[in-house]
Amino acid sequence: MGRAHVFGDDIDTDQIIPAQHTTSSEPDHLATHAMAGIDTSFSDRFEEGDIVVAGTNFGCGSSREHAAIALQAVGAEAVVAESFARIFYRNAINIGLPVLHVPTVLDHVDADDELSIDVEDGVVTNTSTDDILVAESLPPFVRHILDSGGLIEYGRSNGHRSQ
Amino acid sequence: MGTIAEQILQEATGTDVTPGETIKAPVDLAFGHDMTLPPAIDAFERLDVGTVFDPDRTVVIPDHLVPPPDEQSVELYAACEEFANRHDLEFYPQGEQGQEHVVLPEDGYIRPGEIVVGADSHSCTHGALGAYATGVGSTDLAFAMAFGWLWLRVPKTTRIDYTGTPARWVTGKDLVLATLAELGADGAVYHALEFGGSALADLPMDARFSIANMAVEAGAATGLVEPDDRTKRYVRDRVDEADRPCTYYTPTADATYANELTIDCGGLEPQVAVPEQPDNVVSVSTLEDVAIDQVVIGSCTNGRRRDMELAAAVLEDRPVADDVRLIVTPGSQAVKRTCLEEGWLETFLDAGATVESPGCGACFGKRTGVLGEDEVAISTTNRNFPGRMGHPTSAVYLANPAVAAASATTGTITAPGTLAGAAEVS
Repeated sequence: MGRAHVFGDDIDTDQIIPAQHTTSSEPDHLATHAMAGIDTSFSDRFEEGDIVVAGTNFGCGSSREHAAIALQAVGAEAVVAESFARIFYRNAINIGLPVLHVPTVLDHVDADDELSIDVEDGVVTNTSTDDILVAESLPPFVRHILDSGGLIEYGRSNGHRSQ
Repeated sequence: MGTIAEQILQEATGTDVTPGETIKAPVDLAFGHDMTLPPAIDAFERLDVGTVFDPDRTVVIPDHLVPPPDEQSVELYAACEEFANRHDLEFYPQGEQGQEHVVLPEDGYIRPGEIVVGADSHSCTHGALGAYATGVGSTDLAFAMAFGWLWLRVPKTTRIDYTGTPARWVTGKDLVLATLAELGADGAVYHALEFGGSALADLPMDARFSIANMAVEAGAATGLVEPDDRTKRYVRDRVDEADRPCTYYTPTADATYANELTIDCGGLEPQVAVPEQPDNVVSVSTLEDVAIDQVVIGSCTNGRRRDMELAAAVLEDRPVADDVRLIVTPGSQAVKRTCLEEGWLETFLDAGATVESPGCGACFGKRTGVLGEDEVAISTTNRNFPGRMGHPTSAVYLANPAVAAASATTGTITAPGTLAGAAEVS
C-alpha cells in the first residue's frame, strides 16, 4: 500500500535522473536526485512503498540504468504506466523493480490516491476509489527474471554460456 | 523469411521466430562506455563468472566523459581501463577516443547480419549496416559479457520507404526527423524500423547512420537500413571477413509489417525538432526570429565526415554571429584528421568556432557546452528533452549540420538556402 505520485506522458530518463547526477550509480545518491529533472521535491515527498504512476512512453531516452535504480532506491514499490519505453522497461525488470503496464491507469488514478499492488497477479487496486486495474501479463521468461529478483540473480542460478 | 530483423534473429537462434515472442539471442558484439560500463562491471562481478564470454567481441570505449570534466569522471574512466586490461578487451584510450557509434563502424567492428548490443540507447545506429543493433542497460551488458546471449523480445517491424529526390540541404537528418513527426515519440515502441526506398539508395552511408541513429526516438529497438552495394563497399573497406563473413539480409517478398510509411523527400525542406521532444518537428521556414545562444555540430547523429563537410561549406567565409557560441565536435580522431586534411578545421577556426576533442561533446549537458538558465541552442544531436543540455529552462532545437551552421552565422535559426551566396556553396 502506498501513495500514487502521478506523471504525464513521455517522461524521459533525463528527467528521472539528469546526467549531472550519473557519475555515481550508488543507490543512495541516485535516490536523492530521483525525478530531479521534473520535480526537485520528489525525493523529499516520496515515502518507502509509494508508487510511481505515469502515462505513455515512461522512461524514454537515454539507456542510463541509473533511472530505474533511482526509483527503486527512493523506495518505489512499483512503476505503473500506460506504456513503457523499451530500455527502461528492460532495466527495471533486470534490477527487480516491478513495472506494470496498465493502458488506462491515468483515467483511474489521481495524485495521492492510495494504491495496493499485487505484483504476482498484476493487479492494481485504488483503495481511494475502489477501482481495480489489471496489468498486461508478463511473458513467462520476463516473469522468471522478476521472480528471481532480477537478471543478476537469474544469471547466478540459470546462467550458462550457450543460449 | 520475413523482415530483415526477423531473418537475423531466426538465423541466430536457428528457429522460426514470431513477433512478440521472447528469445535467447546470441550476442556477436557487446560494448559499453564510461557512463554505462562502470555499473555493468559491478553487475558482472556479482555474476561471478570470472571471464568475459569473448574478449574479441567486447569493446570498451569511453566517450561521454573524455577528457574527464571532474574527479568522478576520472574514476569512471579508470574503472573502464582497468576492466578492459584485466579481461584483455578492445579499449579506446583517451587520444584514440571518439563517439562510439562513429568509431565502431569506422574501425570495422560492425558486421551486417550480426547481433550487436551496446549499453547506450543510440546503439541502434549500427542498423545502418544491416546489423540487428540495439541499446540496453548496464545489467543487460553485464549479462551479455558474462554469457554471450541476452533475452530479446522479437520486434514487429515498421517499414519506412523514402521516395523522390531530396532538395539541396535536405539530409539524412531531415528524413529521420520527418519520420519521427509521422511516427511520434512512442510510435514504434519495441518495433524494428526498416528503412528503404529509392531516395535512401542514393544516400551516402553517413546519412544512413543519421537515420538509423534516431530510430530509438520513436521507441524502436533497432533501425535497419536495407543493405545495398554502397553498404557492401563500406564494409569491405573496413571489416576483416576472412574468418567471419557478413550476411546481407533484405526483406523477403512475404515479409509482413505492423505499419508501413512512405515519405516523399521531394517536397521536404530542412526539418527542425523544436523543444521538448524529437518528434516535435517543423519545416525550418516556419521558424521566425528564434534567437540562439549556442550551436552544437557533432554527436553520434551528425559527427561524421559528410556532416563536417556540410558545416564547413556553410561556414566558409561566414563568421559566427556576435554573442553566439559555436561548438564543433568531430565524431572521431579520424574525422578530426579529415577536417585537418580537407581544410575544414581552418574554416571552423576562421569562423570563430570552438573545435572540441572527439566524443559525445555537449549533447547531454554534462561534460562540456552546458546551457545556462533560459539559454537556447540549435544542435545536430538527437534529443531536446527538458534540461537535456543543461539548465531545466534551457531549450534545444535539433537540425542538420547545414542548418546549425547557417544559424551560427546569423544568430537566429536559419535555412542555409537563404544565406547570401548560398547558391554557390557546394
